[in-house]
Amino acid sequence: MITFILRRLAVVIPTFIGITLLVFALIRLIPGDPVEAMSGERGMEPERYAALIAQYGLDRPLPVQYVDYVAKAARGDLGRSIVTHEPVLREFLDRFPATLELSLCAIVFALCLGIPAGIIAALRRNTVVDYSVMGVSLTGYSMPIFWWALLLILFFSVHLGWTPVSGRLAIEYDPARVTGMMLIDTLLSDDEGAFLSALSHLILPTIALGTIPLATLARMTRSAMLEVLGEDYVRAARARGLSPLRVVVRHALRNALIPVITVIGLQVGTLLAGAILTETIFSWPGIGKWMVEAIHRRDYPVVQGGILMSATLVILVNLIVDLLYGAANPRIRHAR
Amino acid sequence: MPADMNPPISNAVAAAPLVPPSPMAELWRDFRLNRGAVAGLVLVITFLLLAILAGVISPHSPIEQYRDAILVPPAWEDGGSTKFLLGTDAVGRDMLSRLIHGTRLSLAIGLVSVGLSLSLGILLGLLAAWRGGKTDTAVMRMMDVLLALPSLLLAVAVIAILGPGLANAMYAIAIVMLPAFVRLTRATALGELQKDYVIASRIAGAGPLRLMCSTVLPNCVAPLIVQATLGFSTAILDAAALGFLGLGAQPPTPEWGSMLSGALEFIQSAWWVVSLPGFAILLAVLAFNLMGDGLRDALDPKLKR
Repeated sequence: MITFILRRLAVVIPTFIGITLLVFALIRLIPGDPVEAMSGERGMEPERYAALIAQYGLDRPLPVQYVDYVAKAARGDLGRSIVTHEPVLREFLDRFPATLELSLCAIVFALCLGIPAGIIAALRRNTVVDYSVMGVSLTGYSMPIFWWALLLILFFSVHLGWTPVSGRLAIEYDPARVTGMMLIDTLLSDDEGAFLSALSHLILPTIALGTIPLATLARMTRSAMLEVLGEDYVRAARARGLSPLRVVVRHALRNALIPVITVIGLQVGTLLAGAILTETIFSWPGIGKWMVEAIHRRDYPVVQGGILMSATLVILVNLIVDLLYGAANPRIRHAR
Repeated sequence: MPADMNPPISNAVAAAPLVPPSPMAELWRDFRLNRGAVAGLVLVITFLLLAILAGVISPHSPIEQYRDAILVPPAWEDGGSTKFLLGTDAVGRDMLSRLIHGTRLSLAIGLVSVGLSLSLGILLGLLAAWRGGKTDTAVMRMMDVLLALPSLLLAVAVIAILGPGLANAMYAIAIVMLPAFVRLTRATALGELQKDYVIASRIAGAGPLRLMCSTVLPNCVAPLIVQATLGFSTAILDAAALGFLGLGAQPPTPEWGSMLSGALEFIQSAWWVVSLPGFAILLAVLAFNLMGDGLRDALDPKLKR
């Protein structure tokens, strides 16, 4: 197991170094230099320009600057936003719980619908049920989620008036911030109205963000189930006279879910990318909306920090999934 | 010789079953069985025709603003006019003409970004497979870095460097898709390099360029075609997302995603401004996904019945 962990780390660490190089290069690749980007279109006096160049250490050799950048990042110093002058890490941590809450809801939504749908499609292979599940999931998979979100708003918020259009909570509520996740904070504040408000604000963004993972999971579960249902041990279980339900749940499903778990890990990237669009549409104050705004304002330290943190998150989650997978399956652990 | 060109009919009938079908005919035979794939192909051809004929069939210019016809509903709604079949947008531009011209843009985006990504991907993939060792490791680690960034986030990062715009969006999407093409080329090429015909070619004295490009590459084409088809849907979807965020095509370009970027404010008053461009995106993405899935099933011998 230890060699397996070390081998995974040997792949992850160069990737991580690559990410820091990319993020470091980002601000050097933009036309002009970072100080020019900061000064915007107004320009600045040469003395102040020289002072700022020296202040940010931009007159030093690039390798020195890179080592400095990584050393600072390792201590949690990702620089300050050009617009708000707040530390980037604090801004990130302020907004991250909102994205986390939305993503968790979306993945739970996707799991609760996607896995049963995939199982049913596999068990009713080549019937109308199978074709409809697969047709709907292919449509979901091809859905431009920003448009899907607009349609949801059009139908549920505007037409039916069931859910709010945007934001996380009605303005009359102001629960104390404990975790930053509205559902938990409103529960702790012991105000039922606030909790229901938070819940109703979450529904549409959850559906919008969860649709692509849902479609992916349904397709994956179906093909994993089909593969397992053809295995000898499933036939053996049937031959022993076990009830169909028991065969499916105890023998087939447990084995079919192993590849599905890997797919869930891979959804972190999909969710973070989708959050950029979903949060922009629903004015959800998370890191996706924060980064899009930063690009429009040319707030490069925020863009850099956001990319670094998101990539780190993706790498870490995939590493954890890999290790869990290896722990569960010796064949993976001992493969070359 | 005339005799050969006109063989007796009985001979032709007897000989027919012995002639194996050409690869293309075989592909079409398998592809045709998949109804979804055929529907995808028909849609793709329709989109292609619309794109080619955009200048001829669209009733108006996609960017001309009819100031006296702002937010006119589609022809069949109350207040609609046959002059604007699908209505007009907030500055009085004809929706139908914008949608038709949007087809041209989306297909062009797909073509350019898939083309760029595919050629660079084949190059890097073949290089990694042929050189192995350090080159291989370096290329693959670079792809791991790109894969660690969620697709749209990577595109956004590239846009942050290059600046917003349609051309930059295409480069960004090409970079996003690159790892898929590199990994696929490398994996298939590595598989082919083990085979006897490659060894034979090597013994016959084929140089590395000939070996990789004219011996190995043609045998890697099938999965690349599938991936390229699916790449079209990724490219159209991501370009639309970038356009929606204001980071891709800029106004007044009639790109489907950017047509939606200001649509939220008309959600109560003008449903056609909100729903039509998105429906076009969905149809185009779905068409390429259906076609790609069908091609994969038809080209993959393992799945053949």
